[in-house]
Amino acid sequence: MSLARRSLLRASLALPFLGGAITTQAEDFAGTYAPEAQAVADGIWMVRGADAPIEFANGGAIANSAFLATNAGTVLFDPGVSRAHGQALGALAAKVAGMPVTRVYVSHLHPDHAMGAAAFAPAIVHALPATREDLLRDAPGFSDAMYRLLADWMKGTQLALPQGDVAAGETSFGGRKFRLMALEGHSHGDLALLDHATGTLLAGDLVFHDRAPSTPHADLARWRAALTTLAATPHARLVPGHGPLDTQGAAIAQTRDWLDWLEASLTRAVDMGLTMSEAGALAIPPRFAAMKAARYELQRSVAHFYPALEERLLPAL
Amino acid sequence: MWTYHAARLFAGAEVRFDPLVRLEIPMIAENQRVFPVTLDARALADVRRILIFADLNPIPLALDYAPLRAQAFLATRIKLDQRTPVRAAALTGDGTWHLAGQWIDAAGGGCSAPPVSRVKGDWAQHLGEMRGRAWPEGEDPRRSATRLRVTLRHPMDTGLVENIPAYNLESLVVRAPDGAELARLAIAGSVAEDPAFTLVVEGRDASYTVKARDTSGLEFEGTIPAPHPVTAR
Repeated sequence: MSLARRSLLRASLALPFLGGAITTQAEDFAGTYAPEAQAVADGIWMVRGADAPIEFANGGAIANSAFLATNAGTVLFDPGVSRAHGQALGALAAKVAGMPVTRVYVSHLHPDHAMGAAAFAPAIVHALPATREDLLRDAPGFSDAMYRLLADWMKGTQLALPQGDVAAGETSFGGRKFRLMALEGHSHGDLALLDHATGTLLAGDLVFHDRAPSTPHADLARWRAALTTLAATPHARLVPGHGPLDTQGAAIAQTRDWLDWLEASLTRAVDMGLTMSEAGALAIPPRFAAMKAARYELQRSVAHFYPALEERLLPAL
Repeated sequence: MWTYHAARLFAGAEVRFDPLVRLEIPMIAENQRVFPVTLDARALADVRRILIFADLNPIPLALDYAPLRAQAFLATRIKLDQRTPVRAAALTGDGTWHLAGQWIDAAGGGCSAPPVSRVKGDWAQHLGEMRGRAWPEGEDPRRSATRLRVTLRHPMDTGLVENIPAYNLESLVVRAPDGAELARLAIAGSVAEDPAFTLVVEGRDASYTVKARDTSGLEFEGTIPAPHPVTAR
């Protein structure tokens, strides 16, 4: 790098402020994860993530996790975003459930759910075969992205691949009987867990609640089919991947409503000739007013779906 | 970099940061290889030229647009190689540049990772495939204008990827059936792979011929029919 270019780069730091947050992530990092457990049923706790995008301010702790107490130790469903996050969840699980974590399930590939597996022995971390395949391909990229966004929160987080050995069906662990459901649509492999004693359904990111669904690997037709399966699975309460506990049976319908609206709106936007920026600025209906991060997820979804919709809908010349 | 770009792009001219220039970009660069940018400077009169650039990109200037018989509106997708200001500049007939810009955070590599079609290996089978459509623009029937959207398949190689030389579209011209030029774009490798452009031309012609040319001299041509229902110009 020449001296002239260096001085130009330095000069760029004095650019007029143009809007958008310019954060400085200083060297005095002292962030610690402080997860809190909420008892939702006999022997089951939920840990709420922030209903926000992955940001340095929240350490990436945006996904929900759950603990299930068993006679053979605690089951942790979704170990968080980083090694420190996974460790904090493990410590909390041991405290509230009375036994250390002896089994971990990763619901799907996304880093806010999967990368905290680094805090646990690989032999006890399980996922669907599709999720392991996804992570073999995408984990290095996720790691780069998370270290860039979260910096020191990610310290020591090595790539940890789960065992891709989860099969759909009835099973039990430490005397606790549950059903593992191998679904897809939010990603290529979405694991849901139904606890039989309490009727608690851990839905992973197939279900969002009062927080807009994210779609980076979504197949909307398959996602709808998975929602139909979940809706047809009797349950007393549902722990969504993001957002508050659902005891009213509302979250599955809300997730479907958003996906239907999203697909219809983007299809119409392409058909009307809107640009991607204009589509990202579409009015969001009032019925979604309670949904956190709605504008943010709409703009992400435009990026995910728009080029393919154009390919399908614009006439060839 | 601002000092450098300003000296190079706007040498000697008056430059004004102007809220009449609207730059619409998403709040997140979800894909640093495909970042949408929409510029609307129609609140200004007599716009002669429009530039879209990103200060900290290795190929900063993405588009240089001459809206000959078109409105001061342009949308496309660009690559971002890192966190950078994204800016749009509109030159009015009095020689003044009107600017808008916003910082956007972005993961690295938008310009320096190979394009998807190079990785898939199918770029040559689809090179130059063009899609497009026209729509009536605006609600004022007395001032008819036509929105054109056109997409082309092109790898738009930046030259910054090992063993892949620069290869990109370098121009795109829209003509009326009588051959009159309506809009002319100069295009750089920092425009996203499989480029998409949205323009708004004045009036309504029976059809619009789009001719693009790349840095190997290949030319791609397509004709967009007028929107339905056709109204007299």
